[in-house]
Amino acid sequence: MPGLEDLYREIILDHYKSPRNRGSLEPPAVRSEGHNPLCGDEIEVFLVVKDGIVDDIKIGGQGCSISQSSASMMSAAVKGKPVEQARALIHRFKHMMSIDEGGEEPDTSAPLGDLEALQGVVKFPVRIKCAVLSWNTLAEALDIAAE
Amino acid sequence: MSFDVQKVRADFPVLAELINGKPLVYLDSANTSQKPNAVIDAMTQFMQHGYAPTNRSAYQLAAEATDKFEGARAKVAAFINAPKVHEVLYTKNATEALNLIVRSWGSANLSAGDAVVLTHMEHHANIVPWQMLAAERGFTIRWVPLTSDGLLDLSNLSTLLDGAKAFSFTAMSNVLGTINPIKELCAAAHKAGAIAIVDACQAVPHMPTDVQAWDADFVTFSSHKMVGPSGIGILWGRESLLDAMPPFLGGGNMISDVKLEGFTCAELPAKFEAGTQPIIEAIGLGAAVDYLTAIGMDNVRAHEYDMTVLALNSLNDRFGSDITIHGSTDAALRGATISFAYRDVHPHDISQVLDQNNVCVRAGHHCAKPLMRILGSNATVRASFYLYNTPSDVTALCDALSEAGDFFTL
Repeated sequence: MPGLEDLYREIILDHYKSPRNRGSLEPPAVRSEGHNPLCGDEIEVFLVVKDGIVDDIKIGGQGCSISQSSASMMSAAVKGKPVEQARALIHRFKHMMSIDEGGEEPDTSAPLGDLEALQGVVKFPVRIKCAVLSWNTLAEALDIAAE
Repeated sequence: MSFDVQKVRADFPVLAELINGKPLVYLDSANTSQKPNAVIDAMTQFMQHGYAPTNRSAYQLAAEATDKFEGARAKVAAFINAPKVHEVLYTKNATEALNLIVRSWGSANLSAGDAVVLTHMEHHANIVPWQMLAAERGFTIRWVPLTSDGLLDLSNLSTLLDGAKAFSFTAMSNVLGTINPIKELCAAAHKAGAIAIVDACQAVPHMPTDVQAWDADFVTFSSHKMVGPSGIGILWGRESLLDAMPPFLGGGNMISDVKLEGFTCAELPAKFEAGTQPIIEAIGLGAAVDYLTAIGMDNVRAHEYDMTVLALNSLNDRFGSDITIHGSTDAALRGATISFAYRDVHPHDISQVLDQNNVCVRAGHHCAKPLMRILGSNATVRASFYLYNTPSDVTALCDALSEAGDFFTL
């Protein structure tokens, strides 16, 4: 049986205790909301896209260490990046969580950085939803921003 | 009969299982209960030696299966002191039983301008069906609020019930453990001219049930929480109400005649039992009722009272201000379902650490999101005890919780 240290890597607890990009943004920033009906976790993603770049992102809501740290790492990873790159990262992250959305195999050549630490979540299938919640919410926010 | 928890435990094979070499500490019975050999054997025996369709074929095996299937109904009726056996209806679960009431009684009786009264401590199963019908019919839903110690605030009850057609409430909260004053609430409903619907899902498994003493109009509960199998629940209703209600699901078994121009309904209970019923599950439920009856529901309640006192004291003694236990501190007013927050560690993370020690609890909103919002959180840890839990389970919970605290020191 995988142990707690497989799941709760130090970097995860660090993002949980000191979440990056925490807060909210006023319109014209777009806002999307994700719920995990299983455990009641809630994530809010506030997003400003300017000239095809994720100009600013803030994370709100409350949830467990896995959902909160995943959101924190995600915000740090996509801020300042082109929208296309953010979408590719969503695809790659979900693939790492063994969620098959079809489409092409993601390009895994670039280093994942802190996000690598979440790889252990796959060994705890009930927690995959926690890790993926913010990513689905970001995808929705990107869709809204593109409208 | 005296109550011996070790003897009870020996009846439940799963409790002897080792998971990753460690014993199972099952504290999730408010979610669903474990099963004794008596239930497992009754269902297996029936499948091996007596399985056949019920209420339709004429051969001996089918007649005997029908006797057993209807015999289980009679056992349930006696268990809850129903005046008439045919007032006991098989459903898929308690959720379907509540939906049946709302769709059948509600559709026939509720329209714009009417009101139904619910409480802030209801399970989604006693909220959403009403909201679904209210969206169609335009009646209003009024809510009985809570006191700060997790009891129903009845100070305004007569105003809330004034002009209402139904008062539907839980007998025991699945989050707070609060045992509501069922008799008093039914009487208040009747005084206002409303019918009284009791969601007894958390009560029937844990304390004596007497639908006549309660003077309820409908009572719902599920088998899987009372050591019986999943897949079957019960709706008890007053004959006069059930007779006047339109059928819920249409199909085989629920008709007396079908012509191209239309159909006529069967008598109770078949009127509300369309299609092949959960036959094997009914046999299992009958065995569960026999099992609990032999132990005695007063004994079950007394044991759980002791477990509640012990768990409340142990958690408070060991964790002091680090733990916030929701609901009443008086074990006489509550069942052995204990929800709590521990420091600011998220319930999902706590349950993960507890799981490493095979301590099985529920972490989440417990299908009671309106209540969770009132408690000001989006999740709690819930440890729920049953007739097979022991003081050492309380110790295991506390030890694992300590470990979670150490791991997540923020």
